[in-house]
Amino acid sequence: MAATGDAILEVRDLVKHFPLTQGVVVRKQIGAVRAVDGISFDLRRGETLGIVGESGCGKSTLAKLLMGLERPTRGSVRIKGREIAGAKGGELKRIRRNIQLVMQDPYTSLNPRMTVGDIVGEPYEIHPEAAPKGDRRRRVQALLELVGLDPDHVNRYPHQFSGGQRQRIGIARGLALQPEVIVCDEPVSALDVSIQAQVVNLLARLQRDLGLSYVFIAHDLSVVRHIADRVGVMYLGKMVELGRDAEVYGQPAHPYTQALLSAVPVPDPEGRERRERIVLRGDPPSPANPPSGCRFRTRCWKAQEVCAQQEPPLQLRPGTWHESACHFPQIHDVIRAF
Amino acid sequence: MPPLPAWGAPESEPLLAVEDLHVEFVTRQGTVKAVNGVGYALHPGETLAVLGESGSGKSVTAQAIMGILDTPPARVPKGRIRFRGTDLLGLSEDARSQVRGSRIAMIFQDALSALNPVFTVGSQIAEMFRVHRGMSRRDAERRAVELMDRVRIPGARQRLHDYPHQFSGGMRQRIMIAMAIALDPEVLIADEPTTALDVTVQAQIMELLAELKRESDMGLILITHDLGVVADVADKIVVMYGGRVVENAPVHDLYRAPAHPYTRGLLDSIPRIDRKGRELHAIAGMPPNLLDMPPGCAFAPRCPYRQDDCVTAAPPLHRIGSTRGSACHYWREVLDGSHG
Amino acid sequence: MSDPAVSGPAVRVGGGDGGSGTAPRGAAAPRARHARRAKSPGGSPARPSRGAPAGRPASLWSDAWHELRRRPLFVAAAVLIGVILLMAAVPQLFTSVDPYDAASCRLGDARQAPSAAHWFGTDNQGCDTLARTVYGTRNSLLVGLSTTAVTVLVGGLLGLVAGFRGGLPDALLSRVSEVFFAIPSVLGALLILAVFRTGTVWTVMLALAVLAWPMTFRIMRAAVIAARGQDYVVAARALGASGRRIMFRHILPNAVTSVIVVATVNLGVFIAAEAGLSFLGVGIQSPEISWGLMIADARPRFLEAASPLLFPAAFLSLTVLAFIMLGDAVRDALDPKLR
Repeated sequence: MAATGDAILEVRDLVKHFPLTQGVVVRKQIGAVRAVDGISFDLRRGETLGIVGESGCGKSTLAKLLMGLERPTRGSVRIKGREIAGAKGGELKRIRRNIQLVMQDPYTSLNPRMTVGDIVGEPYEIHPEAAPKGDRRRRVQALLELVGLDPDHVNRYPHQFSGGQRQRIGIARGLALQPEVIVCDEPVSALDVSIQAQVVNLLARLQRDLGLSYVFIAHDLSVVRHIADRVGVMYLGKMVELGRDAEVYGQPAHPYTQALLSAVPVPDPEGRERRERIVLRGDPPSPANPPSGCRFRTRCWKAQEVCAQQEPPLQLRPGTWHESACHFPQIHDVIRAF
Repeated sequence: MPPLPAWGAPESEPLLAVEDLHVEFVTRQGTVKAVNGVGYALHPGETLAVLGESGSGKSVTAQAIMGILDTPPARVPKGRIRFRGTDLLGLSEDARSQVRGSRIAMIFQDALSALNPVFTVGSQIAEMFRVHRGMSRRDAERRAVELMDRVRIPGARQRLHDYPHQFSGGMRQRIMIAMAIALDPEVLIADEPTTALDVTVQAQIMELLAELKRESDMGLILITHDLGVVADVADKIVVMYGGRVVENAPVHDLYRAPAHPYTRGLLDSIPRIDRKGRELHAIAGMPPNLLDMPPGCAFAPRCPYRQDDCVTAAPPLHRIGSTRGSACHYWREVLDGSHG
Repeated sequence: MSDPAVSGPAVRVGGGDGGSGTAPRGAAAPRARHARRAKSPGGSPARPSRGAPAGRPASLWSDAWHELRRRPLFVAAAVLIGVILLMAAVPQLFTSVDPYDAASCRLGDARQAPSAAHWFGTDNQGCDTLARTVYGTRNSLLVGLSTTAVTVLVGGLLGLVAGFRGGLPDALLSRVSEVFFAIPSVLGALLILAVFRTGTVWTVMLALAVLAWPMTFRIMRAAVIAARGQDYVVAARALGASGRRIMFRHILPNAVTSVIVVATVNLGVFIAAEAGLSFLGVGIQSPEISWGLMIADARPRFLEAASPLLFPAAFLSLTVLAFIMLGDAVRDALDPKLR
């Protein structure tokens, strides 16, 4: 992959707390859901950064923060050096030309009362400077062709397409403004197995042809493995491990990553009786009231006194080659296959 | 088409056998042929995985077994569902409801909508005993606590009087399982039981199901689209496409060498956590339109092995050896290609 | 592909800001191959191509109009409404008798059955029922249409604002609407109309609108809130769409259909409500003519002479039916899934 050195997207200490309030007339804040609680990473030009985690880990809020759809409580998101986190109005609108979103559900992410031509062409209506008026229709058709749809279908409505085709329409809309970064929030998880591969391949081809950078957020570790160059693992609003895909998948250092990877079913029954499985007990704690110190300690088999007192920062640790947030990191290959 | 032979271990009488089942839905746009001659058999203590995508007919078949299809619009024009030798389709509604829930039970993907939000989980589990076994309220509650313990809900006694929304997704699925196994059914049908759950929770639920199955001699039908889940737990697999069984096989044989182009395409198209592939081999095209099924093989329009006769004649389920079957005229080529 | 230069304009769709405007030739070959593959060979859900061909841009409204014209339900409703409107505008076309002229009624002819001279018979005052029914169309229709228009505009607009903005505006508007909801409708209308000494079309409209707007408000608000939470609204925000654009381009078309249906049903309710108010003596008063007034006048002696009540009632029913049919047809036409 063409991941050149310079960072196109820089995220620093990003925090989003949703206040929990009580009272109808006089609102009193009684706490906060710490959806995203101090996340930092770089996305390099042309690379795909996968973000994995289970529901409630904050990965969807992260997507909204990256897109400037939510205002962060603290921290910064810079795209090509320009801050999106605090931007407003025209400035925010200009930045949005560089970062776009592909959403999960192809059935709800397209307005059912707009034609495909209007949906894919809407970015040009919002950003008239991006394409001269007379040229828009041709560009819309070129975009449809680019994502593998029939350009003659501009006058059809979303319900006339299958799920996979709709996801292509969503991708075409995301590409219209020629952004350099695309945030994919669970882009294939709503699709049938045999259609997922088509869309994953399309995203990979678009990246090659257009030099795009992806933040690929998903709960499906196998899909992320396939498409990502680097992977970040999230747990309760924190990044617990971050590294190249081969490192995170092949040499996971954080116990949560190991448990997560070992839980993924492998489509191969050979040796299934011998496969190592770390089954976590219970459910993740509430993000409104996370445990002190390391957030994973309540379900961790390695937890010691220090884990409750000190929060382990995400950093390079002895004996490992990538960053992890554990006081007792230990590389342990739970998949054991390459 | 002659009734498909029950396959698998022929020496023992199957617990449940679906034979040449057809299900149609009459809609305004026409007749949707959801299930077109499906046959499979389940033996005691066995885990049978029914694999397919949306629209393959895998869930409709299960609903026909349970007798919970809405008729109309659904219609079962043909077929038999033999449970311990008795054809369920020939029974009266009264007799079927005796079987449903107590001898054949089912759990669903969406546990939140399958549980009644205005009753406590305790009362919903206890109701199984009160209705089917005529137990007193007190006895039924005691049994409910036992069950909640059995499906490993921590603090069962304290949580008896909680409402469904107060439980996490994984816990709700456990409650559903508790209700399903309450009356010690002989067959448990699990329809995408872990699809809505996170992987770590999914692993917990699959482990629970495996343990429960070990404890009794229950037969488990696992309906899923996830090839990984199947590989983890199944003994036998039935692959469905366009309302038909396209392949059936013991699990190891199927993953080692699929004998149907669709199965093969699926295996080639999924990303794997233990491998970094260059490009996935996507199956081109889209699943068939059940309103307008092609006359021949339903997979033919997407099939790389397609010949002229595939479009004209629907292939029967060819027997391969004593344990496998493939509904492909060219299963030998597919099998050879898989080996190579 | 490791050469960063390849990610340049050659494969960009339609050139960069500088506006080279060249077609994206660079990626043409793989694209064409992909396009062929994506077109499903026969197995796809076959859907007839409809609407306008690719040459002309389609829009929801133009497609809806094309669709409407082909629907018998719409055509029947439109013809019926056309006739009713014509009757309201130029009643002289339908009858030679002028019921506003006192000389046209003869007490001696009271309560006659339908005949060649009086097709619909005569009423208690000996006036021609056909003429009165035709002339009554204007007032009844004016009440129905104007009240509907006002409630849809006021209730719809406030509902759009409340649902879209949420927070304080929503809380305030919702409380206000609930206050109006709490007023018993007959009592409220009596009270409002008692303020004016004479009942006219406009005072009746005002009374009904004041009491009826909260219903439209609530329906609009609920539909807007449902639409606002949809992913396509998030997608539009991510593109940088303005609030106004989201409101009118994305939310309104998806919320408006439920209001259309309620509005057409309400139209009939308003015409009937006017009849009730006239009956209570606070609605439109003689010598004005309306269907409601006619029904009220004919009611006491209905058993002796049914036609002075039945004919205006039938016209009222037909009118209501026509508008409900129109509403249904428009709602269906605005839903691409039902075309």
